[in-house]
Amino acid sequence: MKKNLTHLQQLEAESIHIIREVVAEFENPVMLYSIGKDSAVMLHLARKAFYPAPPPFPLLHVDTTWKFRDMIDFRGRMAKESGMELLVHVNEEGVKKGVSPFTHGSALYTDVMKTEGLKQALDKYKFDAAFGGARRDEEKSRAKERIFSFRSANHRWDPKNQRPELWSLYNTRIKPGESIRVFPLSNWTELDIWQYIHLEEIPIVPLYYSAVRPVVERDGMLIMVDDDRLELKPGEKIEYKSVRFRTLGCYPLTGAVESEADTLPDIIQEMLLTRTSERQGRLIDHDQAGSMEKKKQEGYF
Amino acid sequence: MAHQSELIEQDILAYLKSQEEKSLLRFITCGSVDDGKSTLIGRLLWDSKMVFEDQLAALEADSKKVGTQGGAIDYALLLDGLQAEREQGITIDVAYRFFSTDRRKFIVADTPGHEQYTRNMVTGASTAKVAVILVDARKGLLTQTRRHSFLVSLVGIRHIVLAINKMDLIGYDEEKFRAIEEDYCAFAAPLGFESITALPISALNGDNIIEKSAETPWYQGPTLMHFLETVQVEDDRDERPFRLPVQWVNRPNLDFRGFCGTIASGTIRPGDEVRVASSGHTSRVARIVTYNGDLEEAVAGQAITLTLEDEIDISRGDMLTRLDAPPLYTRHPEAHVVWMHDEPLQPGQLYLVKTATGVTPGRVTAVQYAVDVNTLEQKQVATLGLNEIGLARLELDRPVSFDPYGSNRDTGSFILIDRFTNATVAAGMVLDGPDEAQKAHLSQEDSPWAPRRIVLDAVAATNLNVVDLTEEKGLFLLDLARSIEEYLEKGNRILFRLRDLAQLEPVAQLAYDKNLAFEFDRNGDGVSLLLFKRGTAPAKGYGDDGIGI
Repeated sequence: MKKNLTHLQQLEAESIHIIREVVAEFENPVMLYSIGKDSAVMLHLARKAFYPAPPPFPLLHVDTTWKFRDMIDFRGRMAKESGMELLVHVNEEGVKKGVSPFTHGSALYTDVMKTEGLKQALDKYKFDAAFGGARRDEEKSRAKERIFSFRSANHRWDPKNQRPELWSLYNTRIKPGESIRVFPLSNWTELDIWQYIHLEEIPIVPLYYSAVRPVVERDGMLIMVDDDRLELKPGEKIEYKSVRFRTLGCYPLTGAVESEADTLPDIIQEMLLTRTSERQGRLIDHDQAGSMEKKKQEGYF
Repeated sequence: MAHQSELIEQDILAYLKSQEEKSLLRFITCGSVDDGKSTLIGRLLWDSKMVFEDQLAALEADSKKVGTQGGAIDYALLLDGLQAEREQGITIDVAYRFFSTDRRKFIVADTPGHEQYTRNMVTGASTAKVAVILVDARKGLLTQTRRHSFLVSLVGIRHIVLAINKMDLIGYDEEKFRAIEEDYCAFAAPLGFESITALPISALNGDNIIEKSAETPWYQGPTLMHFLETVQVEDDRDERPFRLPVQWVNRPNLDFRGFCGTIASGTIRPGDEVRVASSGHTSRVARIVTYNGDLEEAVAGQAITLTLEDEIDISRGDMLTRLDAPPLYTRHPEAHVVWMHDEPLQPGQLYLVKTATGVTPGRVTAVQYAVDVNTLEQKQVATLGLNEIGLARLELDRPVSFDPYGSNRDTGSFILIDRFTNATVAAGMVLDGPDEAQKAHLSQEDSPWAPRRIVLDAVAATNLNVVDLTEEKGLFLLDLARSIEEYLEKGNRILFRLRDLAQLEPVAQLAYDKNLAFEFDRNGDGVSLLLFKRGTAPAKGYGDDGIGI
């Protein structure tokens, strides 16, 4: 009897193949761990790829110091459970200058704390390959990115000069100082991610599930008051609403959605019945069409 | 149509269960610049409800600003990802798009039709199982249509959808549709596709994309979406001999030694005997280890970890195979090579050859000929330049396990990497052996005392014909069927691979008898010989007149 693999089995096998290839061909790989649902799936696939051993590379979190507290707790728990080393990098220069999403605006803040922070960490540890959880369906400029995406010594991405990528034969050659960003989830969609989390019972940060949380309405988004650093503007007031998050980032920049979905099937149901794509909850993509492409060329993940 | 909204609302668990059995289809779309390719894909995404509200808002704004539809929704803008492309209004690289129905998840490789981007098409086609080839109903087949068809056949795609677009602009004329369909089938016959399905569509109006169009009552076939959802592309990978290129040896402690890799073909169970292609050592499978528990059986496409009963030396680069069906294990593969870089191929120069089992230094010793992708003519060349395709012979520093590309894409493919720039400069597909279908057919009349008589009687007209005589042990005589003579008279050439000089005589005799010429070439460990008819005009090129052949 013929056994055709399902779409999730095929996606899983492709991702595991990619992760193993990196470990076999690079000296010093790292997995960028953003604590979100895509990172959760990527970490799960890495654990599968090397079972019964733990994945033979560390996790790296570029901490902007503005992550949700729940995310930080979850980060520690997953590192422990997977038996992997967890590296946390903060751009201390940015902290010294007091860069925050409130004082410097989301664009500069993201550039300093995320993009600069990431480059610092990659340079500091001399990683030659970094796994990221980005998916091609997230955003238009990602649709043309390779699975093995070449970065110059300055971490720049050149969309006009990408290496052709055929079959499952990945060109992993780089010169000293250059690096490769690897996206094992390239061919997954948001729906695939959720279905897989459901099927494999992968733990995710509780913020994805609906609960009554303190929020303020700001620029048309619901921002959660996660600690006392969020200063209320005139006219703003804290309300308690049943909300959850479709994506997770820095709490002052991540919009919550009002929702009653407090189980995984409910979340998937809600996602299928709503018609708003997930990056909308992130302030940084709103500036202009093509803004993500610009950020990527400059080295943003 | 895309999602069972009612089931989602009423019983999400039942819905999720039903989604677990979904299959995956990768396909490629190819078309010329104005064939409406982006509009077609945009329409598929749109109609399968994979465009979300905020994307829609951006699309409406963009349509007004830079759209080509006079402010109406321009579906093509859903796809053009990079700013430069938007400004030029053309797609310049391979983009991957995703949509999903209740039966299947689809991954679409959207590739440009421009000549200089042959490499992008080959890239996009390398993982695809179906090609949707767009034709403008007003223009019919163009040179590009033929080029795309040749390229997708070369890369091993067996199913073609001929989407005859802009039917609205020819008044849904059945006769014109049928004429294009017939032209195409005649042209494509030698390419050996398993199926060709012609569809009358209008991407702009949505005719026969998801729903059957009221404008084409004469058309009884499937809509595009229906075809994509139901086409059977599952190959017989599971039935082919077991192949596991070893990607990584997992050795967390002295008690565990696991061999990790993705099964390229066949199936495996604990207790099965396996052989290491390089050393010939054999053992039995002890366990198939996974995070979710040991498996009773693993099949082609799965990424697995095996442990063996015996301690034998296996490392990355080896291939585990079934005992009785070993792969080719050679330093001298012959392959179709697609050159993908501005710097032309340097015969004799060392490149890195990356295959399913790892990286081996190697060089191209000879380019036997190049194929003109527009006319499918062969030409004698010393090297290959950007976007040129040819038949080449390689010499690797050490033997590597291969299967013919025709029987296994994963173990029959390679890429060439420049050692100095690290650029991916070429893609290669290892040639079928002489016993494979679609190659020169050797028929024989055996007789115990006379030389074997070999009649070349069914050279498939793919213009990539090779007659391999290296396995012929005894004496033989050659003869040509009349169809092959006619084929040579049209300016086509046939390449013979000979074991040694002793085999030269029967080929020379054949050339003498039939008044043919040949060119002789010694390379690596063999001899090759190109047979052709002197003084004939080359096979007539296809005019780009839009009418057809």
